[in-house]
Amino acid sequence: MHTDIARIGTGSAQLPQRAEAPHPERNHGLPLDLDWVARVQANTSAIERRAATLPGRRSVKKEHQAAWLCRAVSMIDLTTLSGDDTEGRVQRLCAKARQPVSPAILDALGMQGLTTGAVCVYHEMVAPAVEALAGSGIPVAAVSTGFPAGLTPFPLRIAEIGESVRAGASEIDIVISRRHVLTGNWQALYDEVREMRAACGPAHMKTILATGELGTLRNVARASLVCMMAGADFIKTSTGKESVNATLPVSLVMIRAIRDYFDATGLRVGYKPAGGISKAKDALTYLALMKDELGDRWLRPDLFRFGASSLLGDIERQLEHFVTGAYSAGWRHAMG
Amino acid sequence: MTVREIFESMEYGPAPESAGEARAWIAGHAGRFGHWIGGRFTRPGELFATKNPATGEVLAEVTQASAADVAAAVRAARRAQPAWQAMGGHGRARILYALARIMQKQSRLLAVIETMDNGKPIRESRDIDVPLAQRHFYYHAGMAQLMDAELPDREALGVCGQIVPWNFPILMLAWKIAPALAMGNTVVLKPAEYTPLSALLFAELSVQAGVPPGVINIVTGDGAVGEMIVAAKVDKIAFTGSTAVGRRIREATAGRGMGLTLELGGKSPYIVFDDADLDSAVEGIVDAIWFNQGQVCCAGSRLLVQEGVADRFLSKLRARMGTLRMGDPLDKCIDIGAVVDPVQHRAISRMLDDNPEGERYVAPIQVPAVGCYYPPTLITGLSPAAVLMQEEIFGPVLVSTTFRTPAEAVELANNTRYGLAATLWTENINLALDVAPRLAAGVVWVNATNLFDAAAGFGGVRESGFGREGGWEGLAAYTRPALRGGVLRPVAPFAGHGAPSDPLDRTAKLYVGGKQARPDGGYSRAVHGPQGALLGHMSLANRKDVRNAVEAMNAAAGWGKTTGHARAQILYYIAENLSARRDEFAARLRGLTGEDGVAEVEAAIRRLFTYAAWADKFDGQAHGVPIRGIALAMRLPVGKIAALCADEAPLLGLVSVIAPAMAMGNRVLAVASEAFPLAATDFYQVLETSDVPAGVVNILTGSHAELAPHLAAHLDLDAVWSFSSSDLSGVIEEKSAGNLKRTWVNNARATDWSTAEGRDWLDQATEVQNIWIPWGE
Repeated sequence: MHTDIARIGTGSAQLPQRAEAPHPERNHGLPLDLDWVARVQANTSAIERRAATLPGRRSVKKEHQAAWLCRAVSMIDLTTLSGDDTEGRVQRLCAKARQPVSPAILDALGMQGLTTGAVCVYHEMVAPAVEALAGSGIPVAAVSTGFPAGLTPFPLRIAEIGESVRAGASEIDIVISRRHVLTGNWQALYDEVREMRAACGPAHMKTILATGELGTLRNVARASLVCMMAGADFIKTSTGKESVNATLPVSLVMIRAIRDYFDATGLRVGYKPAGGISKAKDALTYLALMKDELGDRWLRPDLFRFGASSLLGDIERQLEHFVTGAYSAGWRHAMG
Repeated sequence: MTVREIFESMEYGPAPESAGEARAWIAGHAGRFGHWIGGRFTRPGELFATKNPATGEVLAEVTQASAADVAAAVRAARRAQPAWQAMGGHGRARILYALARIMQKQSRLLAVIETMDNGKPIRESRDIDVPLAQRHFYYHAGMAQLMDAELPDREALGVCGQIVPWNFPILMLAWKIAPALAMGNTVVLKPAEYTPLSALLFAELSVQAGVPPGVINIVTGDGAVGEMIVAAKVDKIAFTGSTAVGRRIREATAGRGMGLTLELGGKSPYIVFDDADLDSAVEGIVDAIWFNQGQVCCAGSRLLVQEGVADRFLSKLRARMGTLRMGDPLDKCIDIGAVVDPVQHRAISRMLDDNPEGERYVAPIQVPAVGCYYPPTLITGLSPAAVLMQEEIFGPVLVSTTFRTPAEAVELANNTRYGLAATLWTENINLALDVAPRLAAGVVWVNATNLFDAAAGFGGVRESGFGREGGWEGLAAYTRPALRGGVLRPVAPFAGHGAPSDPLDRTAKLYVGGKQARPDGGYSRAVHGPQGALLGHMSLANRKDVRNAVEAMNAAAGWGKTTGHARAQILYYIAENLSARRDEFAARLRGLTGEDGVAEVEAAIRRLFTYAAWADKFDGQAHGVPIRGIALAMRLPVGKIAALCADEAPLLGLVSVIAPAMAMGNRVLAVASEAFPLAATDFYQVLETSDVPAGVVNILTGSHAELAPHLAAHLDLDAVWSFSSSDLSGVIEEKSAGNLKRTWVNNARATDWSTAEGRDWLDQATEVQNIWIPWGE
């Protein structure tokens, strides 16, 4: 059952972050359990309180902070999803994925060989990205299924997945039909995601819930569960195109769903917050959230990713500050 | 460890807050402190050490106050009080505002001092204690500003003695000092001996806020100093601490005409219904029992979880316990710090060792080898009979049991001597709002726990004490009516002899449970008119009649659940029936006292109308607390009130206590005027014909002096009022210490019965329960 992520993980000596974690059994899904879905609760104000106090409860300093930020880099899906993407732009991004932090800083940290977790692009950019990343072991993720709205004809959405996998994407970020959540049609959501998962084949499927459009945290919790039952390898918050993207309360709901699913099945599903995470400090909070709620096993790229484009820049500046003791400037770091 | 090693292990690592500024402040005082009296530090005297419980290190030495020190502090406060009061609301508001500001400006220093002295995590002192303390001063700056306009009939008490505990030193100081100062009082405050430093720092900062010398006085020392403050000539004692000490203070202040508020222990229930968001409820437990190492009077220490979800909930809870981080309280990445002192650590350990029942689960986390640390512990499978389910542990130990139905949850929750706070988790608003007011607790949190704010009163019922801190309801504890009566002279019954005035004997019995009952003792006493005529006999009730009356009140518990409208109807009906028999009652009063009774009967009818009017209008409040949600200050009935009625107005005095008590949903045991009891015994028939449910009103006749201690000591009465012309205030306050019931006594001051009605009475007839209801989907 092991697929590209697994292969890359074992085959890539310069990627210490993937060296030792045992690869989880891939989530094969479950029959839809509507009783379980109906039982799910999410108390918004309590979840918001927990989320609001979390940054004050956890603090990572000095070399620990540097190490944690390197870990964050290793789990970034470096992303470009713009209408004006070109091959040249994607090649530049891929170069940044191979060398996300300047060699001098990585030398000082003893973190040579650090790369991002993946590069995430639209279908048309998959082939150039695969080419640009050849030999790096860095996977290419494609957003798919009529991203971002997911309202193109269903057969085309399924076909799109196949196209991207054939083009070399080893990770497919699908979008769900928000209307199925908003109307409580869990069977339709399950069937749709199940079929998409089948279309992914060996490629890992990240299921984008577009939480900013689901209305309530309770819906987020239920949709998370249904997508996992349908075989999602990851559940992901957002396309980055909704007005509200990844937030700590939404994250808390989704990772609690992952925990419940793991407790019931022993199957580990990954989590990808996307959009809105642009500061190193926020990244540390997310890592603390994963560590405390799900455990260290979820601090590896096979179970956690940041969907982010500007986060890396802030982390680079913080790492330089750690190395030199002086606050850094954006132009000192190579752009992607 | 190298960055690469940490990259693999992903450990948190140390994240210490600097102690440098705090140490510099202590060093600036050469590590030795005197008291803060009259706006400056006294010279250090007999010293004792205050230590950092996380390390055992001596932080500083502070002075054990002598009797002379306490006297000097009280003198300074007394001297400063008139000018402070005369400064007016706005003048005081400016200074309280400045106090809030200076605390904000020095917030980190206060937080670090607090954490070093107490052992609590810096996150808590920094993010919770100090901001809440500031907020209390801001809020009460506003109360000072509004006092002249909003509380024109109230005035300061004078000098307040305040004794605060070691679990929230600066926050409890704020809770005590802010309302006292706002209302024009001056204070002598004693911080706990384990944690005196933040109070001394606060005192020093207060100069920069412009607090005049003598307005705030801080004396340090152990419980003996607390006793000296209680014994001193102060006008009020406010105490937060253990129930045992609270009880002693109740006894020591009895009969001295002083104000008293007690905020005592608790064993607060934490109820999880089967439809709750279990993950959030687990997180709530962390904030309930592992906040401040469980050393919280309102800690949700008694977990009650519905059977169907108990296994799932407890397994989630155990998993969560494994991710708690315990360590150096100054570390910004720990959840649990050190308990306050080795003495407290031993007390927790001993309590658990002595009571081995239940299954124990100790959090599988690292506990520092050095320092005063107690690991988070869960004890499951306990029954209500278990000692650990009943007694306050005051440490990070959660006990639990299960329930089947909401009714059983309420029953288990209320199966305690305490009544401070309660937490309930459910996604069902019907269930939440049904259960909350049925819980014996001053504060109820729905889907949240340990939320505090200056705008919402905090305080308990039963043996958790009385009085509220915060909100409008908290101001009553620091003010008194500006108009006070003169000295009340005892009213003696008339003596007499000879034949009855009415040839047909009418035997006045007792009125218990809606029936006229013979006195248990079988004794009566002749009642004579002013000319010595024999008017009849009064039954002499004894303690067994009190017992019977309380049992009758218990059988009438449904009264508290009736609507205000329904209660108003019955009060009007009583007025109607009294009016129909106006002449008869007027004649009776004339026969008893020799004075024209018409005016008194009319006044009694008017009073019944007043409380019939109030029955559906004494609304609670919706406090604007800083959450997305509300704190509903509900006016709940006190429960069962016993009242010794006035002698100088035999009918009006009776109606004046019965009517407000009834209007607010209480059951009442009135002891009729001892000198002139027959107006009350005639009143039985009015009650009997007015649809008053049996047991709601019970009337005894007999000796006030004999009955008062039994009423005050009865553990199943919730309040005792005394308007007797015999001065029984002392014995009532003293004996009330048994279950720490509320008392309202006249302290031998006269009452003007023509005006004795309204909000003060309604306040006495209700408990404020603040129900915190966050919302949002």
